[in-house]
Formats: sequence, structure tokens, C-alpha cells
Amino acid sequence: MNVNLELSVGAISQTIMTSDFSRLLVSPEVRDSNDRATGKTVQVKAEVSELNFFYGKLQALKNINMVFGANQVTAIIGPSGCGKSTLLRCFNRIHDLYPDTRYEGKIILHPSGTNVIGPETDPLEMRLRVSMVFQKPNAFPKSVYENAAFGLRLRGVNGKELEEQVEQSLRAAALWEEVKDRLRQSAYTLSGGQQQRLCIARALATDPEMLLFDEPTSALDPIATGKIEDLIFELKKKVTVVIVTHNMQQAARVSDVTAFMYLGELVEASPTKDVFENPANKLTEEYITGHFG
Amino acid sequence: MSDFKRIIAKRKRQDFIFNIIGILCTLIGILTLGALLVDLLLDGLPRLSVGFLTHFPSRFAEQAGILSSWVGTLLIMIVTAFTAVPLGVAAGVYLEEYARKNWVTNLIEINIANLAGVPSIIYGLMALGLLVYQFRLGQSVLTGGLTLAFLILPIVIVATREALRTIPQGIREAAYALGSTKWQVVRHHLLPYSVGGTMTGIIIALSRAIGETAPLITIGALTFIAFLPPPPLRSQPPFVSFEWLSSPFSVLPIQMFNWVSRPDQNFVFNAAGAGLVLIVVTLSLNAVAIVIRYRVRKRIKW
Repeated sequence: MNVNLELSVGAISQTIMTSDFSRLLVSPEVRDSNDRATGKTVQVKAEVSELNFFYGKLQALKNINMVFGANQVTAIIGPSGCGKSTLLRCFNRIHDLYPDTRYEGKIILHPSGTNVIGPETDPLEMRLRVSMVFQKPNAFPKSVYENAAFGLRLRGVNGKELEEQVEQSLRAAALWEEVKDRLRQSAYTLSGGQQQRLCIARALATDPEMLLFDEPTSALDPIATGKIEDLIFELKKKVTVVIVTHNMQQAARVSDVTAFMYLGELVEASPTKDVFENPANKLTEEYITGHFG
Repeated sequence: MSDFKRIIAKRKRQDFIFNIIGILCTLIGILTLGALLVDLLLDGLPRLSVGFLTHFPSRFAEQAGILSSWVGTLLIMIVTAFTAVPLGVAAGVYLEEYARKNWVTNLIEINIANLAGVPSIIYGLMALGLLVYQFRLGQSVLTGGLTLAFLILPIVIVATREALRTIPQGIREAAYALGSTKWQVVRHHLLPYSVGGTMTGIIIALSRAIGETAPLITIGALTFIAFLPPPPLRSQPPFVSFEWLSSPFSVLPIQMFNWVSRPDQNFVFNAAGAGLVLIVVTLSLNAVAIVIRYRVRKRIKW
């Protein structure tokens, strides 16, 4: 299974014009050096096929087919109501909290081969494996420490190990230096940007397979936004990142692959550079040049 | 120009008139309460003393005290709180977080709102039929406490639900996204974050229950009682005893009712004294509710 999923980037460039998804798998080094022939390989983390999603009778996602590369940042862009958050929220089955929601199709998570939206998969399992950071910082009204520790506590971690992992995740979220002396204070004493990084630490603490960001900076000022973007860029070394954003510059800055959605359909998903410099689809071009949306 | 001035003057006049009406309406409420309190203080204050609190009722007004009735009130409130709070909070959590929203839950919701408006004597009649005659719990502290628990249950349920609704959905989603089960979300997040609203509702409900007379008379609370229920703590094992639950009782409002109906003017002063005690207890309960709400609001701002 694994071998099949390993694709050489050299080979990918040959198949770009076919409808193969493999062109989405761009290794970071390739992106940075702008050299497609380094022979770096990227593994598939998640494979979405024929995904439909319904809120009651309303179909919010229509036949989505896409792959997400491991340790890559995939940005999902598109106008409001296009289904980008809906797609993101499939990955941790958070839709299951609400009545009258229905999935069709498959989201296969590699290498375990779990079908995220399969009826045999417990939503709880997906939420334990896939973490999410939300639009509005939603730290719990508890101490900084307890916020970062909550996911770990749910998994039965405690004592010295808990302390170490909390520190580790706060460091990974570039927050440790700012909060190490106020771990016992309420998270609500932190600034908005710090709270959002605390939410990232909370999501990271449990060592997730994927990290989902749902417009994580839309409530933040430019400086806090910059910090989070730097962080996302760092995080992909450890984890597969999917980020929904309204901000196209943000998608351009942080992502390896950009997917453009419109009216519940995936219009185009390509290496970010291609999407912004040479979009394959007229709609994508109009959107990124600001003609609508 | 003068046209504008005329229009503005007219509107300001309207504003002024409504202002006066508003002040008068507010004063009616405040002055009535004030007059009542002053009257009660004048009549009752001279009677207040340690002896008044530590003496049993007596046929001599000067020797009569409210010992048995305040102890009764306290015990009844304990039973009421220990039954109504867990039941009401659990029902509120269930309806708000677990129950699917459909016509059945809508019906339950409407009925709970209606129950809160049912006259208290109806609860007394139900308790008489169900608890006293059917379950044979007797005319006891237990029956009285359960009756008042039924009475305030809808208030506790509604308060719990309102408190849960003030918690932003984002907090629930964050907790679920970390892999919490429903119970973990309720236990670690929703209950702690809603405790201010819930406690306020519970205390308001208890302060309503503490003044109730009709349902307790209906189930047969005594109006004259010269002994205390058996103590809950014993010197011999098993050290705790629940015999007090089956003891007959009286409560402060019933004691007042009894004294007021006597011809001797001195008993009316006693009633005023008991009334003062009751008001002080109620106001302190409300003060506790305000303090809790203030402290929680300071800690949690959404």
C-alpha cells in the first residue's frame, strides 16, 4: 500500500496534465527551490473520493475528489458558503454533533487506511486522531496549563509526563516563553493571538495525524497573524496541515497546495505556485484576481 | 427654524412626562416594600432575641419562640435542595445537551414552562394524594421537602438550561474536537462554566420555596409543635440517623400564620418577629446568589 502511494516528484511533472492527483504532492523543498526534479517523494496522508455532504436536504459538498500530501500544508480557498469549512469539518467528524447531517463517499486516512466518514468509524476516534483549530480563539475558561493539558488528560496522561508534554506543545506553538511564568493564570488573560496559539498548542499536544485550521487568523491582527503563519510553516514538519482561509495572500504564503472550491465543488487543486501564477480554471483566476468572492 | 424648535420642545416634553410616570411607577413598588418592612420592624424588632430563636412555641406570647419552626424550615430546605437540585440540573442538562430536538422535546419544554406557573396548592394536593396516602411517607419532613422540590423543579430545570445556553457553541466544539465524549464535555466544561447561572437559579428557587405555606398546610404540617426532630448525628454507631426525615414539622410561614390568627395582639408581634427572620434569610439567600453571579462573571467572560 505504502509503496503505491509513494510518488516521485520527477514522475509527477510528467502527469500534471492528466487528471491525476499526484501533481498535488509537492515536497516543501521542491517548492522552495522551485526545482521539480529533485526526486523528493511525498506520501499521501488523506484521500478524499466521491465525497458528498448534506445538511438535511441541502447538498453542501458535491463529489469532491482530492488528496492531501503528508507533511504538506494544503490551503482551501473559495468564496463564503462554498463548502470549504464543511469539507474541513468532515475530517474530524464534527458534523456528527448536529442532527440531519449525512456523508457519502470516502475519506481514507493513510497509512492506517481508516475511512474517516465510514459508518464503522467512531467519530470519537477521528477526533482523537485529528485535531482542529477554530476561527475564533476558543480557549476554555481554565488556566493556560489546563487548556494545553485537556486533550492529554482525556487520553489518560498525567503526572510528570503530562507536564513535559504540555511544555513541549506550548513550545511547539511558540508560546512557551510568553506563558511559562503564568501557566496557572486564566487563559483569558492572554491576548487574542496568544489564545489562538494556546488553541494550537492544545490541538498539538495530543500528537495528531492531521491538524485542521478553520480560518485561524480571521479574528487576529496582522502581527498575531504573522506569528501563526510562521508557526503553520514550522508545523508541517511534524504534521499534515489543512487550512481553510479567506485570505489569498495567506494561502500563497503558507501552503504547498491550494484547492479552490466554488458552490460545493472542488474547482481546482494544484501546487500553490501554479494556482496563483497560472490557474488552470477560469473561475479560479477570476477569484484570485478579485473579480468575485 | 422655529418649526424645529417647536418639534424638539414637544418631544422633550413627552420625554419629561414619561420620565415622571416612570419614577412614580417605580416608587409605588419601592415605597410599598419599604412601608411593609418598616411596619414589620416596628412590630417585630422588640421581640427579636436569642430566646425567641431558642424557645418552642408557647401559649404565652412572651415566652413563645420559633425554635421548632426555623429548624423545620432548615430541614425542609435541605431535603428540597438535595432532591430538586440533582434532578433539576440533570433534567436541564439532558434536555439541552442530549435530547434530540423534535416535537416530543418541544412538548416537554412547553409543559415544564407551564409547570412553573401551576399554583403551589395544586402541588400540595398532589403531594397529599401521592406522597402521604399512596407512598405512606406521612406528614413528615420528607414529604414536605419533596413537595417543595416538585414545586421548584421546573424553575431549576429552566435556570440550568438558560445557563447552558449562554455557553458559546465554540467551547463545545473545541471540547468535542479534542475527543471528549458528551459526558466529558458536560462534566469538565458545561457544568463548571454554567455554575453561576445554575446556582443563581437554584437559590432564587429555594428562596421561593422557603416562603411557601399553602402546599405544606395541605400535606398536614403542624401549626403547633413543641419538640425537635431527632438529631441526625448520634454518639453510637452508625453515628448518622435519618429518623428526622419522618418527623412531623412546622415551618416559619406556618408559625406566622398561626400566630396572626390569634386574638391576642402580642402574638401578632411574634408573627412580625418570625417574618423578620424569614425576610432576613430570604434576602441573605438572594445576596449569596448575587455574589456567586458576580464572581463567576468576573472569572468567565465569553
